[in-house]
Amino acid sequence: MKSAVKKFKGLSDKAIAWIFIAPTLILLLAINIYPLIYAIRMSFTNFYANKIGREVKFVGLKNYKKILGKEEIWEKMQITAHFVCWTLVLQALIGLGLALLLNKKFKGNELLTTLIVLPMMLSPAVVGVFWTYLYNPQVGLFNYVVNFFYDFGIFDMIGSSTLAPWSIVIVDTWMWTPFTMLICLAGLRSIPNYLYEAAEVDRASKWQQFIHITLPSVLPFLLLALLFRGIENFKMFDLVAELTSGGPGSATELASINLKREAFEKWKTGYSSAFAVILFVTIFGFGNVYVKVMNKIKER
Amino acid sequence: MKKILSVFLVPVFALLFSLNAKSESLTLGWAAWDPANALQELSKEFTAETGVEMNFEFVPWPNFAERMLNELNNQGKTFDLLIGDSQWIGQGAEYGHYVKLNDFFDANGISMDDFNPATVYAYSTWPKGSPNYYALPAMGDALAWAYRKDWFDRPELQAEFKSKHGYDLGVPKTWDELYDMCTFFQGREIDGQVRYGAAINTERGSEGITMGVTAAMYAWGMEYENPDNPYEMDGYFNSDASVEAVEFYRKMYEDCAPPGHSDAYMVANLDAYKSGQVAFQMNWYAFWPGVSKEDSDGRVSGFFANPCQNVCAATLGGQGISVVSYSDKQDLALEYMKWFAKPDIQQKWWDLGGYSCHMDVLGSPDFVDSAVYAQGFLDSMGIVKDFWQEPTFVELMLPMQERIHDYVVNGKGSAKDALDKIIDDWTEVFEDDGKI
Repeated sequence: MKSAVKKFKGLSDKAIAWIFIAPTLILLLAINIYPLIYAIRMSFTNFYANKIGREVKFVGLKNYKKILGKEEIWEKMQITAHFVCWTLVLQALIGLGLALLLNKKFKGNELLTTLIVLPMMLSPAVVGVFWTYLYNPQVGLFNYVVNFFYDFGIFDMIGSSTLAPWSIVIVDTWMWTPFTMLICLAGLRSIPNYLYEAAEVDRASKWQQFIHITLPSVLPFLLLALLFRGIENFKMFDLVAELTSGGPGSATELASINLKREAFEKWKTGYSSAFAVILFVTIFGFGNVYVKVMNKIKER
Repeated sequence: MKKILSVFLVPVFALLFSLNAKSESLTLGWAAWDPANALQELSKEFTAETGVEMNFEFVPWPNFAERMLNELNNQGKTFDLLIGDSQWIGQGAEYGHYVKLNDFFDANGISMDDFNPATVYAYSTWPKGSPNYYALPAMGDALAWAYRKDWFDRPELQAEFKSKHGYDLGVPKTWDELYDMCTFFQGREIDGQVRYGAAINTERGSEGITMGVTAAMYAWGMEYENPDNPYEMDGYFNSDASVEAVEFYRKMYEDCAPPGHSDAYMVANLDAYKSGQVAFQMNWYAFWPGVSKEDSDGRVSGFFANPCQNVCAATLGGQGISVVSYSDKQDLALEYMKWFAKPDIQQKWWDLGGYSCHMDVLGSPDFVDSAVYAQGFLDSMGIVKDFWQEPTFVELMLPMQERIHDYVVNGKGSAKDALDKIIDDWTEVFEDDGKI
């Protein structure tokens, strides 16, 4: 025992640091880096995971060319972009609005915050299933509420190609706006009061205070929340798969749903690996640009 | 002392012996639906006879193919026996998932001549029609229709329908008649409730809308390929008749389906029918025992085979039972199959609500009168057609699901475009598979 302690004592700080880091590093290599490298390798082959015994051939950039030249892939990308952009816009506006509201002190503030945060705590699959009931044109609450304000008659949110892309935007906004709100609220609460007091002394209006103090202070927080939501929504699968299965037709078939179909239903492993790499590079690229812009905003 | 010992030891040994006997077990995988429960019930007899415990894993239909095919592709040992869809037979045989059964059939006197020829062709053989058997026909099935006979029998509705269309309201003989009847009920108030025409297949995710639309396409005379030149699809699959059938199916969806019926398959169709929303439902024969049994509150159900149009045809459902080649208990699994193939067991199978394919059952003089849907089942099994049974059937099914759903439900493009695009997709799959 003594010798062990002695031995341990003999280790340098660097060695001890490595000992602590090693398990995490090994895990990271095993479950993140290795599969990534494996997927990149696969993406240059014609491999089908279900065709046992079939010769796996190196096909070069064929899979990439096929994907990037396919009109339908670009359609899926457009559908994904529509979903990501609108959910980000709505979640930013509503999230910030709610945060401003909850930053005020009023009776029931805490209860309201808890209620608003609830959707975020639910499982996306559960949310998908119960919104299919809410959207049901015959018995769903959504139709009833909309028709209460204006009589549109029976309309099918999930079955209509015009409405279905909006149906997934609405549900994601409902579920994830609280997340944006919470982060904005943290930002709002970090603004020192003396800034407002100084502005009051300078006779700045409430609007001027919002534009020159609140918004610049909360913007880095909001942008961070949108970065998280953007990455998540670019990969969105479970909620939309449960809600519309990508339909009607392919009206809500996001890139990730298409990827899953190619990989685990059609078993086009090589092809889908290439598609996954393209999606990864896209998110990674956008993410990097976004972080750089965010840092510049912070520096101002 | 001896007495005391024997009092204690005899039951202990008996228990150990019974545990040992029961330790042999088999696991059978199938879809979660009414016939699976019937099979579970039937299999108790096998356990009683042999002492082999039967375990079952029934997977809900939307996940059935994915779950089972993943298991097979991963060479999993979860299942000893699998009741897989007819379209899987090519994959099961070519990729070595299923055990070839010819020697076993020969050794045990099981003749495929004892089973309905259409079911043997569809569920058992690969390459199609060859005497190479990879499954025993287990559950005959076809897409058919149920209707609200109680509504059809109302004199005032009969009179109104006849004055409008010039013929009697009854079992439709053609798809045109079916459309007339569906639109007759669409939006009609019966007993104070608004009713709709028909619950038809529109599901996007697995196989639903394909199974539905092919019911129309087969009746219009669609062929997948040139019978003399395999894989030549242009002019066959996208023939004028096929286009007309797909357009007709869209018309059925637009004019006859209840609101919100845009992603519906077996359960959704059953729900729409049982809740009294619709006059007709399209579904598999497998569900008719349950529908018939559950008729209540004045609901009386009638059943009929897929209507004819240019020809008489029906979409094939149903499955064969196969032994999984990765199982460590193949001999035991074959024992189960041998037991299941016995004519008396097949009769019990039908009596419990399973659809036997054995000729002794189907050819029995009592068969037609044994259930209200029995005649329809016999008629249907004589005219069934199936989707591609190629090993790449999933790759073939998914584009059809997407293209047809895009046209029928989403209203995008034309029927001809949809069929042309499907041919393009299929050509790519066949080329990739080395078939073209």
